[in-house]
Amino acid sequence: MGMTITEKILAAHSGRSEVKPGQLINARIDFCLGNDITAPISIEEYEKAGATGVFDKSRIALVLDHFTPNKDIKSAQQCASVRRFARKHDITHFYDVGEMGIEHALLPELGLVLPGDCIVGADSHTCTYGALGAFATGVGSTDLAAAMITGEAWFKVPEQMKFVFNGHLKKWVGGKDLILYTIGRIGVDGALYRTMNFTGPAISSLPMDDRLAMCNMAIEAGAKNGIIEPDKITEAYIKPRAKRDYEMVKSDPDALYISTYEWDVSDLEPQVAFPHLPSHARPVSEAKEIRIDQAYIGSCTNGRLSDLEQAAGILKGRKVAKHVRCIVIPATQDVYRQAMKKGLLEIFLDAGCAISTPTCGPCLGGHMGILAEGERCIATSNRNFVGRMGHVKSEVYLSNAAVAAASAVTGSITHPEEVTR
Amino acid sequence: MKFQGRAFKYGDNVNTDEILPARYLNSIDPEWLAGHCMEDIDADFVKEKKIGDMIVARKNFGCGSSREHAPIAIKAAGISCVIADSFARIFYRNAINIGLPIIECPGATGDIEKGDEVEIDLSQGTVKNLRTDRIFKFEPLPPFAQEIIASGGLMKYVMKKMGGAR
Repeated sequence: MGMTITEKILAAHSGRSEVKPGQLINARIDFCLGNDITAPISIEEYEKAGATGVFDKSRIALVLDHFTPNKDIKSAQQCASVRRFARKHDITHFYDVGEMGIEHALLPELGLVLPGDCIVGADSHTCTYGALGAFATGVGSTDLAAAMITGEAWFKVPEQMKFVFNGHLKKWVGGKDLILYTIGRIGVDGALYRTMNFTGPAISSLPMDDRLAMCNMAIEAGAKNGIIEPDKITEAYIKPRAKRDYEMVKSDPDALYISTYEWDVSDLEPQVAFPHLPSHARPVSEAKEIRIDQAYIGSCTNGRLSDLEQAAGILKGRKVAKHVRCIVIPATQDVYRQAMKKGLLEIFLDAGCAISTPTCGPCLGGHMGILAEGERCIATSNRNFVGRMGHVKSEVYLSNAAVAAASAVTGSITHPEEVTR
Repeated sequence: MKFQGRAFKYGDNVNTDEILPARYLNSIDPEWLAGHCMEDIDADFVKEKKIGDMIVARKNFGCGSSREHAPIAIKAAGISCVIADSFARIFYRNAINIGLPIIECPGATGDIEKGDEVEIDLSQGTVKNLRTDRIFKFEPLPPFAQEIIASGGLMKYVMKKMGGAR
């Protein structure tokens, strides 16, 4: 019987010729990562266990991206523990303020995670790297501690789901809209424990930033991983970045799927996920007269260059509405630099946006844009749970960068076309 | 192994932001985390809970972030186990890895209401609601996960396997 990309990668990393859903395996991992929230627990567990060394200092990334530049003394203490560990073990890929970026934007950008890899990260959005044709999944801190010591992790081989997207996407519609639509259709546990295989003509022509945004949110449907078969777009993205060998693994035509969804997305509108679940997705045209206090453009989902370009395209020559705060956070230093070179930062400044150094910051209600009671934010991030960005009585609506920028201009949730025509 | 406790009852999709809001992720001290457990879904939880109480919820408990702080907070709050229809997968892994008992038992979660006294028999695989006197069976954890728990958590299991246990 044929296998999917995920099954092939898991088989290859557990020394088997074949794996089947439900099978428990111990897999060799190519790369693992943690951040300033999760790594401190991993480090404590690592030290408590009496481990004497890491499996490979060049295959571990420690990225201080969540509460950095440190927002308070406690978060500074957390980062200090990671800095000490990174120095002690001479961790090659340790990224601190100044070269740090949001981990799931930074690692692909640096070519550290590659097609065919098996990756675990102590962060739920580790599934982002499925966009490169890798098996990548989020784990907890203890799992990361074990992975840093052994270079292995245990998995139950996930059941495979297939999502076929037919047609051509309209202007203003991208990966974020496809994934919000998908989660809206299947629910926040619609892919629980499973793999989401994204495929079809609309995916074949989808740019890498959009693919990364899609796979990033597979976890919001409960999935173990989301994955896209590597192709020419993958190759073009990876080739100049990769510093080690990689393998472009493809699914067999006779691979088995527990379920298949097929949608024509030619008429799909930009999607907005209403509070308080990512599955509450609706077309933006149904979001009428929803006033906002804040627009947040950034995060591991949509803080990449193409997202900032979209936002700048709308904000150019326009102003952020009175009484609205628009916060733009480039996901990495390189995105920041490119945005500067291309004149995007000046557009944002002219429009009245605040621009921050890379950080996860407001996405998880950390800092740099916390909401007060009763406030509402349109955000390009990935979660809109109760209290996610601040007060338990605040609200988050999720969208792509163009919708967030258009909404910043009008002061209420708006289709980009309404602003640009 | 048997234990008994009082139930706190919640619905579907209880997420890790509700279990342990990110504003408290600037510490890994279990006692501090326990002091903010369930704060954004049930502000009274911390005041009302007693050692041995249980959390009972419906489907997809623990969805969202990978923060191990969430099960750590529940465990440090003295909660003896979490019963749900289903668990989000990272939460499920984390609970096993740190030794927080979790039980998937959809029948029981429909029967149990807030304040009910519940008796769990882990070896028999039963949940009993003492108010309704109804007994529900659940599937034990897979042997692999039981082995991790029997070893005292993932780290001890891993170190034992590597021959470096202390």
